Amino acid sequence: MSAAGASARGQQTPAKPVPEPTPETQPFWDGCAAGELRIQRCRDCGKPYFYPRPVCPECGSTDVEWFTASGRATLYSYVINHRPARGFENDGPYAIAVVQLAEGPRMMTNLVGIPNTPEDLVLDMELQVTFEPRGEISLPVFTPAGEEH
Amino acid sequence: MSRERGVIIAGAAETDAVGKLPEYSTLQLHVEAAVNAVADAGLTMRDIDGIATVNSPGPVQVAHALGITPAYMDGTAVGGTSFLLHVRHAAAAIRAGYASTVLITHGESGRSRVGASPFPRGASTIPGQFEAPYGTAGPTSSFTIPVLRYMKEYGLTHEQLAYVAVAQRKWAARNPRAMFRDLITVDDVLASRVVAWPFHLLECCLVTDGGGALIVTSAERAADFPRPAVHVLGTGESMDAPMISQMADFTESKAFRLAGQAAFADAGITTSDVNHLMVYDAFAHVPIYGLEALGFTAKGEAGAFIADGNTEPGGRLPLNTNGGGLSYTHTGMYGMFAIQEGVRQVRGEAAAQVPDVNISVVVGNGGMFATSGVLVLGRHAR
Repeated sequence: MSAAGASARGQQTPAKPVPEPTPETQPFWDGCAAGELRIQRCRDCGKPYFYPRPVCPECGSTDVEWFTASGRATLYSYVINHRPARGFENDGPYAIAVVQLAEGPRMMTNLVGIPNTPEDLVLDMELQVTFEPRGEISLPVFTPAGEEH
Repeated sequence: MSRERGVIIAGAAETDAVGKLPEYSTLQLHVEAAVNAVADAGLTMRDIDGIATVNSPGPVQVAHALGITPAYMDGTAVGGTSFLLHVRHAAAAIRAGYASTVLITHGESGRSRVGASPFPRGASTIPGQFEAPYGTAGPTSSFTIPVLRYMKEYGLTHEQLAYVAVAQRKWAARNPRAMFRDLITVDDVLASRVVAWPFHLLECCLVTDGGGALIVTSAERAADFPRPAVHVLGTGESMDAPMISQMADFTESKAFRLAGQAAFADAGITTSDVNHLMVYDAFAHVPIYGLEALGFTAKGEAGAFIADGNTEPGGRLPLNTNGGGLSYTHTGMYGMFAIQEGVRQVRGEAAAQVPDVNISVVVGNGGMFATSGVLVLGRHAR
């Protein structure tokens, strides 16, 4: 958004960043829209991987496929950010986390349905994917396993 | 390879001042650093036939502004370690005969943002799709993410992490050019405001303006220059992942390890040969990762090593002796300043001079933990 655009919107909080899918990532975002966490795996060596790309990072094969991951993950690491990014000004301190999917790959995410404090966010706690609307996109975020978001 | 045909740093200089310089544009900082380094080497711009710098403004703009038409250009831009890679590439170019005298420049209006490029991160890039939507706001909220994992796996305490800043401030107190020079305690660090928990303000680097430049040439010419030659004994470069979330192992820097192994093998040294060390300290955990990746301590022991005083004045492994990015200066791409301090220490002209530095090692990181360059600098040719 341009500075002029922000000015025209007055005091309104700027929007949070909305991902723009590209051809190789579109199936991931289509999965999110359908409420599924779809990632890729190699049909030659079997390695599941994320982020979306057309070549297996393990063996270099281009024979790769999409599949629906379980959505289960554990909390690998995080910070609690006190200097908000554009669009996050009204959120208070928020966790920027990296989770490890049950299938192995890691991804960055936010944590919802739980206070974002050092006391509540315990490494290796079990999490489950859920989806939040963000513009035209459904964004995967994670919440403690066994609880509804 | 280093032993076959040696390469030296014949000139090295920073801008007249570093810190808050709103009267300088980014390009001016490059130019002043270049002029100072060329003078330091006793040369003129006519003697320069190679140029290396990051974008922006890039090698073409910098060379043109200086009136240089180079036969060799390197625009490698892989973050704050780029200048270490420029030295490595210049060494190869000089050995190959592509250039004889390479000028490497850095200038960054990191604080004042005069003539500086915006940070572009399109929403369709891979980080724009898979990290930015979660509210990352620059390195403070990304580079810092791995450390909680490290703390859980290896028992690093908050006090040990804070002590990294305490130790480096002891060096900065001896450096009149350092931005922050007052001694601090662990309590001061832990009482400073939280930026991205578990990191407090004093565990995060400064944001400043400044520049630096180097002249790299062949060792055969070592006697031709007014300043003592600093021999480039070994170099290495490597990478990890373009996004922090995809770093191979959150408890170690693969890029540091591989670049360090390459540089040490190139120079034919081990850690016991090293008298002085610079590890690019954008945040307090980075020196810990650097010490372990290069084998100065065992895995999980670097926090205690620093907290026990080994890296501060009087310690056996002087580390970040200019005060580092935490206390001296940090323009955004600090690697140039780490090299400059390594050069000063080998020459024997540093503000906080360590006695008898024969070998200094400089470890750079770029794009947070994405890339690394490592240089082994020595007083003598091998």
